[in-house]
Formats: sequence, C-alpha cells, structure tokens
Amino acid sequence: MLEIKNLCVDLEEEEKTILKGVDLQINEGEVHAIMGPNGSGKSTTSYVLAGKDGYEVTDGSATLNGEDILDMEPEERAAAGLFLAFQYPVEIPGVGNMTFLRTAVNAQRKARGEDELSAAEFLKEVRAKAKSLKIDAEMLKRPVNVGFSGGEKKRNEILQMAMLEPKMCVLDETDSGLDVDAMKLVAEGVNALRDGKRSFLVITHYQRLLDHIKPDVVHIMADGKIIKSGGPELALEVENNGYADILAEVA
Amino acid sequence: MMYADRKPIKKTAYVMPDVALPTGGKWITAARKAALNSASEYGMPQKRDEYWKYTDPTTLTSDQPTSAAIFDANEVGLFDNVDRVKLFFVDGVFNAELSDDLSLAGVEIETLETAAQADIHWASNLYGVLETNGQRPVPRPLAALNTATATQGTVIRATGKAEKPISFIYLHEDENSDATIHHTIKLEEGADLSILENGPAAARFNKVMEVEVADGASFHHVRAQGRDHERRAVTHIFARLGRESSFKSFTLTVNGVLTRNEAIIEFTGDDAHATVAGACAGDGDFHHDDTVFITHDGVNCESRQVYKKVLRNGAVGVFQGKILVKPDAQKTDGYQISQGLLLDDNSTFQAKPELEIYADDVACSHGSTVGALDDTALFYLTSRGIPHKEAQDMLTLAFLGEAIDEIEDEDLAEDIRARLERWMARRHG
Repeated sequence: MLEIKNLCVDLEEEEKTILKGVDLQINEGEVHAIMGPNGSGKSTTSYVLAGKDGYEVTDGSATLNGEDILDMEPEERAAAGLFLAFQYPVEIPGVGNMTFLRTAVNAQRKARGEDELSAAEFLKEVRAKAKSLKIDAEMLKRPVNVGFSGGEKKRNEILQMAMLEPKMCVLDETDSGLDVDAMKLVAEGVNALRDGKRSFLVITHYQRLLDHIKPDVVHIMADGKIIKSGGPELALEVENNGYADILAEVA
Repeated sequence: MMYADRKPIKKTAYVMPDVALPTGGKWITAARKAALNSASEYGMPQKRDEYWKYTDPTTLTSDQPTSAAIFDANEVGLFDNVDRVKLFFVDGVFNAELSDDLSLAGVEIETLETAAQADIHWASNLYGVLETNGQRPVPRPLAALNTATATQGTVIRATGKAEKPISFIYLHEDENSDATIHHTIKLEEGADLSILENGPAAARFNKVMEVEVADGASFHHVRAQGRDHERRAVTHIFARLGRESSFKSFTLTVNGVLTRNEAIIEFTGDDAHATVAGACAGDGDFHHDDTVFITHDGVNCESRQVYKKVLRNGAVGVFQGKILVKPDAQKTDGYQISQGLLLDDNSTFQAKPELEIYADDVACSHGSTVGALDDTALFYLTSRGIPHKEAQDMLTLAFLGEAIDEIEDEDLAEDIRARLERWMARRHG
C-alpha cells in the first residue's frame, strides 16, 4: 500500500534537516503506529506525505500502490487515496461544512472518473455517517471547524475520512486534546473503517490511543529516523519506561 | 475646528466643463442653476485633491468619454427570478418600450423627463437637496454637475409597502456613450421599498441617487456593477434617515477600469439603522474606489460599513470611510470594516478609515486589513481533494461572503453569489 524508502527532508525556509532516511512499508489492511519524542519528525512525515508546502525532499521516495506521490499535488494525492487527519484541523470561516464535504467528495470522484454524488445521495450518506460520530445537523451547517471544540474538530476529521473513503489513512496525533470519551468515539469511528483492505498510519505520543485502535506494527521514531519496530508490546514498553531506554539501546 | 465651521476649500484654479443647462420647468431649472453654481465654485476634482488621492478623476471630467468596448456576456440575467418592475435605460436614456408600465401599488414612479416638465413638483424638496447637504464638509463636484445636467432618471415616491422591487437595468450599446442619471426617491412614513440596479450603463456613467427615508420607513438597495470592463463610473448615493428608519445598500462590482462609488448618509432621527456594504473582485487594470461618509445626528442610531475587495494581476482597490458623530448623537453604534484580499504581489489595496466623534457616549469601531489567501486553509482544502483553483475560489467567495451576507433578502443574496461564481468560473476559462 504505502512504501517509504530512505525519505530525507529539509525545511525549505531554514537549513534544517528533519527526516534523515525514513523507511516504512505498510501493507494492505495493516495498522501501523509511529511513536516518538517531540521533534523526532512524526508530524513532518505526515505533512510530507500529504504534500504540504515548505518541505524539500532531498532523497528517497514514497509510493502509494506503486505510484510516486511525492511529485503529485495535494489534491492528486487525495484522489489517489491518501488521507491525512490533521493534528490541528483548520478553521475556515465562510465555507459551510456540508458544502466543503460535498465539494471534496465530488472533486475526488471526478478526478477518478466516477459520477458525482447527487445532493440527495450525498445528504443521505453524510447524515448516516455523521450520526455514528455524534455530529449533529447544526455542526454540519456551521462553517468548517469554526467554533468547534477540540473533540468536535477531531470527529469532523473522522467524518471527512469516512465520506472520502481513502485507501491509506494517516492520523496525526488524533488523540491530542481529547478526553477519554472523545477518544473512544474517534477510535470507534476509525475502527468502523477497518475493512481488511484500508491501511492506517497512526501517529501518537501515547499508548492509550493504541488501546482502542490496535496496531499491527509499532515504530519508534527519533531524530528523523525509525529506530525500532515491533509489535504492540513496543508501545507498552514506551508507556512504562519512556523513550530513554530505547534511545540508549539503539545508540 | 468643528465640523460645522468647515467650508469646502475653494480652489484658486480649477477646470470646469462647458455646460449648458437643459430646459425644463421652473422647479428643476432653479435646482439645476444652483447646482451648476456650486459645481463651478468647487471646480471639478483633480488628481491633487486629497479626496481623490487614490483615484485619478481625469477620465471622469474630460470633455469626451473614453470609449468602452461592449462585452457580450450572453449569460443568465441578474435578478431574472425576481418579480420586479423593470425600467430600462439604454446608454443612459430611458426606454419605455423595453420597460414595464410605471405602475406599482404603494408607489408613484415618474421619469425625470416627465417630472422636469412641471413648474411645481414635490421633488423640488428633495432633488439636489440631499446632494447639496452632502457637499459639506467635503465637496463632491461630480454630484453637483449631475444635478445640474441630468435629464434622465426617475422620481419615485413610496407611500406604503411596495409589493415588488423596482429594478433599473442599464444597457450599454454605444461604445462612446456618456450617461448622466439622477434618481430621486422618497419613502414616506412607514413605507418599504427595494431598488435593484445592474448593467454597465455607458462608456462613462455619472449617477446620483437621492433617498429620503422618513420615520419608520425601510429602504433596500442591491446593485451589481461591472461587466463591460472599460466603462467608467462615478456614482453617489445621498441618504437622509428619519426616526426608526432603516437603510441597507449592497454593491457587487466585478470588472471596471474605473469605479468610484460614494455613499453619503445622514441620520437625522433617533433609533435608525444604516448598512452600506460592498464586495468587489478585480483583475488587471481594475480600479475600484468606495468612499463613504456617515453623519450621526440622532440618538441611538447604528451604522455598519462592510467592504471586501479581492484583487489580482495589478488591480487596485480603495476604501475611504468616515464616521462623523455630532455632539448630540449619543448612544451611536458605528461599525466599519474594510478588507483587501490580494491574490498576488502586484495588486494594491488602499484604506483610509476615519472616525470623528464629538459625543461622549458612543461605541465606534473600525478595522482594516489586507492579506493573502491563507496557505494553511488552502492546504487543508486541497488535501481533501479539492483542486487548487477551486479551493482558491471557495476561500475567495467565503471572504466576499461576509459582505454579501449583509443583503437582507436571501434570494437576492443568492443571485449575487451566483453571479460572482460565474465570473470566477469564466476567469478560469
């Protein structure tokens, strides 16, 4: 599904190297988690995959189902099946949440050569999916993320993911700023999308999210590289002992 | 120096076009003569005038208009789905054949041509009167010139709630036309009237609208300017608001090498409301100037100015907005926002917000910003699969939407939004 090879990335504005050769392979239907201390390059990895400006790829590659995504525009990556759930979902005053969702869904369908959803079809689908995420009609009408609480913003991300039906979902610290109940709700939303084919990359600081979204593989990232990979037990190790032991072990 | 002591600055040297007064009945001849005297006294605006610092008036005052190509839009007409009384002006001349009958329950509609033939007319209390009041403290010579020379326009009196809007449609057919139109509109106590305006009008267009809104009356105005890009226009709205009256005016401008829209509003009664709003989208040698002067002389009145401009490829947007609060206008609530969205580094937005307050118990706020599209928002939209240009349009429309939201009537707002969307779509070819 997603294959990242020796990905090296600099910040464009300042001469600073963030990623120093990331290798990662996620197969169809797998859930991978990336954990790591602050500043290790986790979020940068997600931004570079989604195509955010401001980063320069100096070496390496990233492919989605064999297609090189690093040369694509962000909208092309989305149409190819990549989705990034933002750590800080963006507020967009003046653009209705519903309009935004419908425009996005239909733009992707159009890009893939599929028929656009009619207003009625779209409405039916969005209502059903919103309901399971406890997103009410009022939230759908409001401008995108404007005045949403932290939990509402994250649920709105998952709703977008559910509507867009991507192949590869990248979740960037989706648990940050959530209380336990909100985190459960978000995790349920994610788990509902697990169908054996869709793959997930879950970036998190804490093991607790992984109690709800069970990963197949856990990676530890430090200083722009993946330094250790293992099963779910690796996340528990981090939770109990912190990163110090692992960092020392690798060094 | 207090506002009241100020007189228009007399110029030592000025240009004045050679003007012959049109013939007409006694009342209008008197008004025209007085206006011509004022215009001669002020002189025509010049580049060095402070009030024209950001907009060059040369082509508005030249002997001949600069010719303007006619653009065949072949598009859905604006307000097509709105039931309205349509009055057509072709190159500034009223066209009875194209127009509907001038009959509307609760409203008397006359052409200026007809009204001007009488020797005595109720409009003598209004025609040129609000314009004259609006000449202080800042002279507006092009409006005085309009009062002196206009033969076209309407004289309208609303006595009750008009059952539908009156719609002025300004067609442009002659590439060298020079049009002067003067509308005189009176809303009697408790009346309710909407005026719609659209169309490029002429190669050069000088329009004045005087609106008296009596106690408890409501006036709504929605206008779309633009289309023929090379046309030049100077427009003035003078309004006087009585107690508990309401005045709302919105203008959409897309295209136009020169547009100067002035709104001069005076609150004379208490507890009244006025909103003036504008959305404009300009490309290339587009130049758009909104100049607003609101005078509060009543207690507990509220005024709102909401102006949004999107500019690209060297387009220029100007906003000069002033709120003057007289000593007795306590409890005034004045709000003003002007914002420019620059889609590239070549475009310019000039803003000059002014507050002059002589009462002590007032709330006046103003804000002016200029910026680019938010990269983070753009990335968010594109990361969901929305193509870059479409994402730009969404954000641009959202930006302008805050001005369009000032239109009270939802259907009219939707029409304006649709017009803007079509304009954007055309830009993408």
